[in-house]
Amino acid sequence: MKQFILTTLNGLTLGALYFLVASGFTLVFGLMRNVNLAHGALYLLGAYVGWTVADKVEYWLLGVAAGFAATAVLGLGLQLLIFRRMEGQDLRQTMVTIGISIVLADLMLWFWGGETYQFTPPEVIDGSLLLPFTPNWRYPSYRIALLVAAAAIGVGLWLFLNRTKVGMMIRAGVDDRAMLAASGVNVQRVFAITFMVGAGLAGFAGVVGGTALSIAPGEDVRYLLASLIVVIVGGLGSITGAAVGALIIGLAEQYGLAYSPTYGAVYTFLILVAALALRPQGLMGRRA
Amino acid sequence: MTIAIQDTTVRSPTNLALHGRIAKYGLLGLALLAYPLMASDFWIVQIGAQTLFMGTIALSLMWLGGYGGMVSLAQLTFAGVAAYMVAVFGVSNRPDISLGWEWWAAIPVALLIATAFATITGMLAARTEGIYTIMITLAIAVAFSLFCRQNYAIFNGFAGFAGLKPPSLFGLNLRAPLPFYYLSLAFAAAAYAGVVYVTRSTFGLALQAVRDNPRRMRAIGFNVYAHRVAAYAMSGLLAAVGGLLLAWFNGRISPGSIAAGPCINVLVMAVLGGMVHPVGPYVGALVFILLQNFAIDLIDPERFNLVIGVAFLIIVLASPDGLVGLWQRMTRRRSEGPSSQR
Amino acid sequence: MVRSIWGVRSVRGAFLAATMLAGLSIAAPAQAADSIKVGGLATLEGAFTVLGQDGLRGLELALKEANYTAGGKKIELVKGSSDATPDSAIRAARKLVEQDKVDILVGPLSGDEGVAMRDFAKTHPNVTFINGSSAAQDTTLRNPAPNFYRFNTDGVQWAAGLGDYSAKTKGYKRVVTVAEDYGFPYSQVMGFMLEFCKAGGKVADKFWVPIGNKDFSSIIAKIPDNINAIYVALGGADATNFLTQYEQSGGDKPMIAGSITVDQTVLGAKGKRRSYLIGTPSAGPIADTWDDAKWKQFVADYKKAFPDGLPSPSLFAHAYYLAGKAMVAGLNEVKGDLGDGEKKFQAALAKLTMDTPTGKVSLDKNRQAVADIFLTEVVEGPNNTLMNKVVKVIPQVNQTMGMDEAEFLKLGPASRDNPECR
Repeated sequence: MKQFILTTLNGLTLGALYFLVASGFTLVFGLMRNVNLAHGALYLLGAYVGWTVADKVEYWLLGVAAGFAATAVLGLGLQLLIFRRMEGQDLRQTMVTIGISIVLADLMLWFWGGETYQFTPPEVIDGSLLLPFTPNWRYPSYRIALLVAAAAIGVGLWLFLNRTKVGMMIRAGVDDRAMLAASGVNVQRVFAITFMVGAGLAGFAGVVGGTALSIAPGEDVRYLLASLIVVIVGGLGSITGAAVGALIIGLAEQYGLAYSPTYGAVYTFLILVAALALRPQGLMGRRA
Repeated sequence: MTIAIQDTTVRSPTNLALHGRIAKYGLLGLALLAYPLMASDFWIVQIGAQTLFMGTIALSLMWLGGYGGMVSLAQLTFAGVAAYMVAVFGVSNRPDISLGWEWWAAIPVALLIATAFATITGMLAARTEGIYTIMITLAIAVAFSLFCRQNYAIFNGFAGFAGLKPPSLFGLNLRAPLPFYYLSLAFAAAAYAGVVYVTRSTFGLALQAVRDNPRRMRAIGFNVYAHRVAAYAMSGLLAAVGGLLLAWFNGRISPGSIAAGPCINVLVMAVLGGMVHPVGPYVGALVFILLQNFAIDLIDPERFNLVIGVAFLIIVLASPDGLVGLWQRMTRRRSEGPSSQR
Repeated sequence: MVRSIWGVRSVRGAFLAATMLAGLSIAAPAQAADSIKVGGLATLEGAFTVLGQDGLRGLELALKEANYTAGGKKIELVKGSSDATPDSAIRAARKLVEQDKVDILVGPLSGDEGVAMRDFAKTHPNVTFINGSSAAQDTTLRNPAPNFYRFNTDGVQWAAGLGDYSAKTKGYKRVVTVAEDYGFPYSQVMGFMLEFCKAGGKVADKFWVPIGNKDFSSIIAKIPDNINAIYVALGGADATNFLTQYEQSGGDKPMIAGSITVDQTVLGAKGKRRSYLIGTPSAGPIADTWDDAKWKQFVADYKKAFPDGLPSPSLFAHAYYLAGKAMVAGLNEVKGDLGDGEKKFQAALAKLTMDTPTGKVSLDKNRQAVADIFLTEVVEGPNNTLMNKVVKVIPQVNQTMGMDEAEFLKLGPASRDNPECR
């Protein structure tokens, strides 16, 4: 029983992390049809930059901000310099992002080396806390904080998309890009803002996820695959879908690890294949 | 070669062009046949033969992507299935797992299973389009590699199989440099000719029409889905042939050989060369393999991936149809292969 | 017209390319008779880059000490890079041997690469292969290659003394193991259990974690309460992750560590959450802070030669260093004579007995090292650093752990469920 509850909690918190990573990915895809396969590289870059800043100023929250800012700026640059020029060429954009991720991964290995980095989170969320209604079961406070942060980001994104003018433009753009442009909105600006926020979220997730686990080369591919699976299962372009997908994948991974470690990792991919085969647009997705 | 003669495209070539193409293929064939006379063992096998069979695997991707409009990242997986199956049914260093069949039984079964695997993958992937196809095939590729790594009963887990050898025909060691090169060349030529032939058949033309406008094809009564699945089956067979050679070349197969990274490398080869002409994947494979082997001498050994990544980026940004497309544009000649779909 | 010209031109292009290729192969640097070419192969790509770099530092240090000459000949080092997969190791080895024409190849770094390299060695009997740091047992125990030499000990040997110490001195009677799900950790767990079970200990459960898994929280939730300690054989990032998560979840069972769990890469990992490591016993081929003049000299030389290297040489640097030292000694013995398929040199290597920074090293009949193993415990050093303090040196451990060879072979290769003692 204890194991089941703890495993469920682990699944929820891992799902929270996956949601943080995948939300930016799905946001960008929803509006721009851009499958950014460099999203994992942005995750790792945010983590490294965040770590470097947090290490210098010894203030974790500043590291989080730096991780967000660095990748947001890079994302903006990529959108303005590259993706803008190949609008509508989905496949070519995907290829370019593959190239960018190969290059970024190697540059990061060059700069930060192959060591493992770990953050020191603030005292408040470091360590473990007693789970309520339980006989003395302890659970990492940081993971609870992660759950709260993911919920906050989720609500924040929802408010941003549904309650702000830019959000309204983004939603309009998802539905009908041409119409949005025709009604006098500067679509390029909306695209740039979206890409910036999406990339920034990857960097943010990098610091937050890097604190939960650790940062090392190879994490980029891991989180890229995780976000891909999450958004495909949930439905590309849908924030709610990303949340649902993240929970399913997070739980599947942890139950797999706990109850059937040998093939645990395979199950995740089987869920994906099943989802694509039965409902190619994802659980919450609409047909393009 | 017979390819030029069996030309059934609508565009009937002039006599002059026909002669030109016969001369072109003939001379290229001669050059490839004569190449080992000029090269050392290393250049014959590690560069020459490897380019030929990796190019064949990349060709299976070009066939799907260029003619079928479906970019699949699972091509190396199909190759891997064939490699694993010759290990399981044939002879390996694990006699407790391998069934030890003769090569003439093990090889056809391996090719058959790999083709079946590709067909099933196609049945799943052909339901999706564009980037979804890339992602579902990537997922299948990763899942298969993970499964092989974890399964010891059939796939011998992390270590995989070693001791894989091509059959000995008439006392000839097919893994010796010269025979292995010619074996790879023969398979590559057959694969190339097969692709060129099929693209000009009714099936191939219909497939290209499906790529260009699936709705119209459906409306005039073609079974779009079946055409796509059949394209996957054929790509599986091509990749499986390359996979056999890959297994014999390394003498081994393990989950690391078919992980996500190597799968993406196949895409890199096809894109570098260009998905507009069946020769593209071979050009791409040659460039990739040269870089892979000699990057360490040209630059810091640790920066191989940077060089590959930058080269890939430049090609994708500057010439969406790869080196072959670049060449075609330089010679201002209209493409005879499928036009770029991007 | 244009078409046929294009055709011919492209063929000429192909010819040109072909001749250029051939030219390149001819232009491969000619071998000077008074120099010996050595290939140094390590993982210089991918996640193990740091380890590979440190391995090559060890080799370079050995060559530097010999002033890049041995047996009166100049030594030229050519580097090769793999990404830790057997395929890439063989690809790099083939290039070093067939294209760069090295006389001796030193490498590779990791276990399955080593097994593949042994098979590759059999196809090139006239080249001598000296293992870098790979430590899979099978490389030399079963089906060895006559021209493959390993001067470092293997993953089972590395565990010598640990099971005994845990059961008898530490008093742990019941443990669980947490290790990655592949060959090297299998052999580490086997080495530990051989002694631990004999001393009356029980291994209640073994958790095999899929490679690449970073989230251990659900494994941690499965660790039972009625145990005395956890044996952990994870490397690098994974060890750091496990420790952090275990501590965060309120775990307090002491740890017993595999050979690469608390090596320099983990002790030197950035971050402050390391206090839990103190008191952890482990065993391996080196001990950072061994109070021995020769070892200290080795560490000092390493630091001097590589100011931006690791704070102390890793076991990878050490293994490659041994390989380099052995090679130089062997070449000196035969005065640089590599004629006759390197037979004289290989015979000299087989007979070699070296006095190394970690004690005496010699080879058994399978060309596998017999050497000292260090039983250590983590203590806090100066400047808030952690280090492995030597508790005991287990002298001259052989590949069969002191058992009769036939009896040892009967145990079978280590796997997920071999051995067992619940």
